[in-house]
Amino acid sequence: MMKYFPQAFLGLLVSVPFWLTDSYMLHILITTGIFIIAAMSLNLLLGYTGQLSLGHVAFFGIGAYGSALTSLGFEITLPGGIPLGVSPKPVWFAMLVGIVAAGFTGWAIGKLAFRVRGAYFVIVSISFAEVVRLVAVNWVELTQGPMALNNIPVLRLGWGSAEVAFLRKPAFYWLVLAVGTVCYIIISRLVSSRAGRAMIALRENEPLAMSVGVDVTRYLVLATIVSAAMAGSAGALYTHYIRIVDPDIFLFVYTVTMVIMVVTGGKGTLAGPIVGGVIFGLIPELLRTMAIKPEVQWIIYGVVMVLVVYFLPMGIVPALRNWRGGQQASSTAAASGPQMEGAGK
Amino acid sequence: MVPPGVRPGGSDTIHTHGAKTRLDQFLQHCLNALMLGGTYALLGIGLTLIFGIMRVVNFTHGELYAFGAYCMYALVVPVGMNFFLALLLAMVLGALLGAVIEMLLLGRLRGADIDTTMLVMIGAWIAMQNTEQLIWSGVALTVPNPFPSAPLVVGPLSVSWLRIFVLFTAVGLIFAAYTVVNRTKLGKAMRATFQDRDTAALMGVRIDRMHTATFALGSGLAAASGALLGPVFVVNPTMGDLAAAKAFAIVILGGLGNIAGATIGGFILAFAEELGAGYVSSGYRDAMGFVLIIIILLVKPTGLFAQRERIG
Repeated sequence: MMKYFPQAFLGLLVSVPFWLTDSYMLHILITTGIFIIAAMSLNLLLGYTGQLSLGHVAFFGIGAYGSALTSLGFEITLPGGIPLGVSPKPVWFAMLVGIVAAGFTGWAIGKLAFRVRGAYFVIVSISFAEVVRLVAVNWVELTQGPMALNNIPVLRLGWGSAEVAFLRKPAFYWLVLAVGTVCYIIISRLVSSRAGRAMIALRENEPLAMSVGVDVTRYLVLATIVSAAMAGSAGALYTHYIRIVDPDIFLFVYTVTMVIMVVTGGKGTLAGPIVGGVIFGLIPELLRTMAIKPEVQWIIYGVVMVLVVYFLPMGIVPALRNWRGGQQASSTAAASGPQMEGAGK
Repeated sequence: MVPPGVRPGGSDTIHTHGAKTRLDQFLQHCLNALMLGGTYALLGIGLTLIFGIMRVVNFTHGELYAFGAYCMYALVVPVGMNFFLALLLAMVLGALLGAVIEMLLLGRLRGADIDTTMLVMIGAWIAMQNTEQLIWSGVALTVPNPFPSAPLVVGPLSVSWLRIFVLFTAVGLIFAAYTVVNRTKLGKAMRATFQDRDTAALMGVRIDRMHTATFALGSGLAAASGALLGPVFVVNPTMGDLAAAKAFAIVILGGLGNIAGATIGGFILAFAEELGAGYVSSGYRDAMGFVLIIIILLVKPTGLFAQRERIG
């Protein structure tokens, strides 16, 4: 039964706009979906290579700004008086530019930051995100600074009468679902490949991995590129959905949200970011209906994070798997194994 | 979490008089940096004890800094306590809060890896900052001080009396911290605990107490720098974020666990910020710390003054 669970779950998700007509609920699902994509990308680094990137929001924001700027066009003067102008491009192309820009940044950061590990890598990644945020605030000519980029165009695909504008919520929901599914498939393929095993090996024991010939930096950089590009795709989706982008997109709270989603759901599992993302995407709405202030919501987030580390250190998904493994005979537990392979310790 | 607006080091309380020559301007920037550097050093020393010696990536450090500033406000304004007494009390309360955090949150995670404690500290940081926001709301508060408002003017340079007091207090506290860690039995026990836990325990050092004491000392220093800078700038709930980031920059500059290094690192950061804001762009003042972190970690990851290789 569990074998076809991902397919059945995907089918359920596809059907949502047919029976859920409440536009606000759909909006919540769309933003949750975008954050789940970002959380999945963070999970690739945090869960599979064991590197905590606390600057992950920078990739998200670069994807958002890259896509917004390419679709709007811009004219700037580079140092030395060289003018640089980009005319407005179609949105699908702009989104690709955003993804590539994020991936390229991931490559550069990976090359530089992986000279250090652990706490140092965390601090370098935070510093990087803050520098990017300050550039977005201060480079007004390009980014409009705190005035924000407005009227970001909507994604249109197809030609003539067959053109689809991703303006209405059901259409955008399916778009997010499609991108999310592609990211899920890429990650699941990647982590069960040779490269994925190398990543897990270096997470578990880096000196040992090196000693058997794993090119550690190469795989870390590879993971960072893929992860950054996915975070960039989430940012590009976000910017063409909300249609306004300002430097607040680089705020540290977004990174924290992604980290909480991954850690609670279960880092290093394919389903973890989705479970965590659904929980932390819906909790704010639940609290809002209970008329709880946002400060209290964040206090609850903080407390939940501490409690998860204490009581569910591996996260919900591995805990459930262990629980089920204990409940049932080993044969059924083995049947549910394959889709989670390479996950957990 | 860091809205644009007032931040440590963001506003300038030092007055300028009339037209100045380029040299005078440079000297004034250096003087400002010197005034700021003392508190930065204090902040960095607090963190170098916790991050450098205990190996806890302490994201609550900035919140303890903010806690010190809020204590100052609460004690001076609604309670009406004497300024200097309030300063002392803010420091003691900061150390107590640090001890509580350590016992409550880290007590059960002894020997856990650095990522685990880091996640707990991130959770604690978010909860603490939003508690401040809930209690005090986002409004910036000012703390009155008993010093004359007219600055001290020496030739072309001027500096406020409050900042002179802040610098001297900070330097005094730096020496006190240095003495405690390097010259007392308590300090020796602390260093022994984090160098070799088992051997220290065999020698009769009470490990649990040393963890709590070190964290409390570091937290007390963070609260002290907040209490000192709170009256210089303004007090708001997000003030801790940049403070924490700067503290990390200072610790990395100076090398982990190195008090003298953190002191010099604090002054280097203050000079980089002040001169960067003066001659490059004031918008990038707060970026200096981050840029320094990135450069240092990429060029000399052990910090400028480290004696040992400690990169994992």
